[in-house]
Amino acid sequence: MIEATGLTKRYGAKTAVHDLSFQVRPGTVTGFLGPNGSGKSTTMRMIVGLDEPTSGHVTIGGLPYRRVPNAPRQVGALLDAKAVHGGRSARNHLLCLAQLSGIPARRVDEVLGVVGLQDVARHRSKGFSLGMGQRLGIAAALLGDPQVLLFDEPVNGLDPEGILWVRTLMKSLAAEGRTVFVSSHLMSEMALTAEHLIVIGRGRLMADMSVREFIAANAAGFARVRVPDTEPGSREKLAAALAEEGGQVLPEPDGALRVAGLPLPRISDVAHTAGVRLWELSPHQASLEEAYMRLTQGAVDYRSTDDRRAGLHEEGAQGPEPFPVPQPGADQPGWYAPPPPRQERPAAPDLSKSDTEDPR
Amino acid sequence: MAVTQVVRSEWTKIRSVQSTVWTLGLAAVVTIGLGALISALSKSEYENLSPRDQLTFDPTFISFAGLSLGQLAMVVFGVLVVSNEYSTGMIRMSLAAVPQRGTFFFSKVAVATVLALLVSLVTTFATFFLGQALLGNLSASIGDPGVLRAVIGAALYMTLMAVFSMGVAAMLRSPMLSLGILVPFFFLVSSILGAVSATEKIGRFLPDQAGSKIMQVVAPLNDDTPYGPWGGLGIMALWVIASLALGYALLRHRDA
Repeated sequence: MIEATGLTKRYGAKTAVHDLSFQVRPGTVTGFLGPNGSGKSTTMRMIVGLDEPTSGHVTIGGLPYRRVPNAPRQVGALLDAKAVHGGRSARNHLLCLAQLSGIPARRVDEVLGVVGLQDVARHRSKGFSLGMGQRLGIAAALLGDPQVLLFDEPVNGLDPEGILWVRTLMKSLAAEGRTVFVSSHLMSEMALTAEHLIVIGRGRLMADMSVREFIAANAAGFARVRVPDTEPGSREKLAAALAEEGGQVLPEPDGALRVAGLPLPRISDVAHTAGVRLWELSPHQASLEEAYMRLTQGAVDYRSTDDRRAGLHEEGAQGPEPFPVPQPGADQPGWYAPPPPRQERPAAPDLSKSDTEDPR
Repeated sequence: MAVTQVVRSEWTKIRSVQSTVWTLGLAAVVTIGLGALISALSKSEYENLSPRDQLTFDPTFISFAGLSLGQLAMVVFGVLVVSNEYSTGMIRMSLAAVPQRGTFFFSKVAVATVLALLVSLVTTFATFFLGQALLGNLSASIGDPGVLRAVIGAALYMTLMAVFSMGVAAMLRSPMLSLGILVPFFFLVSSILGAVSATEKIGRFLPDQAGSKIMQVVAPLNDDTPYGPWGGLGIMALWVIASLALGYALLRHRDA
């Protein structure tokens, strides 16, 4: 069990983590989500006592990490898979860590087998691929057979087989009753691996709930409705009729409509009454990714701008206008899944008043 | 956290990278090779020396002439032992495994110091005997007064240079920054300060100049150095202690 209480970390004027309180329970995989720079890695470093919190505290099994007896046997962490001396062999790298914690050398060969690196154990890690590096990092976390495991972006650079392996590993570790805390950017992966989510944005807690609740609370399922292209005006007619019935209607870029808040049979009935034929009426379940994007839209630190390629093209010699792809959040608040029908969303902190807010 | 665990781990770390072999090997080869060359040259040039220089001819000190260059390899060794942890990011794993940062740091320094001392002892004895053999009838014997002290002292000097560098590397963390400050300092700044009469009196309290006093067997004429051989080494040791203490203080309070 990991327990953070009022965890805060400031670097000068920049607040990396602000008043974070959460619990990571044993027996489940807990996903740790947040945009780049939202404070995930800082939080993980504070959990293992590398960074000192400015205020608040975080404990493992009730004790701060530095006071946990024989900490490496209780807690295993993959913080940065690249944190390896390239000139040292995989086996020697793990041997250094094992000896630090008084773990016998035969355990090193064991974990090398577990992560599938036994054939390159005596090769220098300089020549390792990203995926092999991740496996080495995971091996280091498993060395002490710990009850609490932290993984920062464990699937980065892994191939599909490796991703599946990590997913299975995380789940089996949790099934053994261990506490597993995994950060990731890959929403689809988290949806398959984690049962519980902790979401942060700009260092603040945004959600702490199960994956199912999170999706339900932050994005509703919706229906895609398409009317015949051959009947001009029918789209507007149907949109008006659906809105009158209480549905939320948004246009999709390909001319279809996205309808939330009405069950599929009801949409069909409304269309029938309005005298509009349908070419498509399909159900869509909101994904974790949509729910996540919706929640964190305001909390993204690094946002891309349009590439205008100024100076690369002669004036007036531009080709056809590019297709206007709507930008997330720009003029189209509902581009990512519409808001859930119930408006009482879990209290997401008001980020517009954040003291870390960039002047934007 | 048992110190023996950390010591074992640090020994694995230090022997499993090639930079250890390269830097320590280079220190030995350069010190012995250059010492032999200068000993041979001094032998052939002895006849041309002024009587004054002939009077203060110090065969022991001459055989250690290669140390001026060999010590730089020891500096590189000391810097790499500590800053490798930072440049690779390994420091996070190490400190997560050993939250007691004092145990970690001083065990690391101890392992590297013992290794450096062993290599230094072999190097200084080898360079002394080779140098004396080349000096022929001008040579000193290991049994002469002060000679054994100078040979062992030279090994301590080399070792302390490496340890001083470990402290500096712990302060600065970056290998490039540490080397960029230490190497020019010991190679240029210190000798310039020592050569200019205005700064000479300050210069001789710098770690390398104070420490190298222990290698002298025959004192120069009109020697007004305010400390003796062991006093000089003591001054150097104080520098080393200060460097380690500051390095540790920063490591303890800094986020890794």
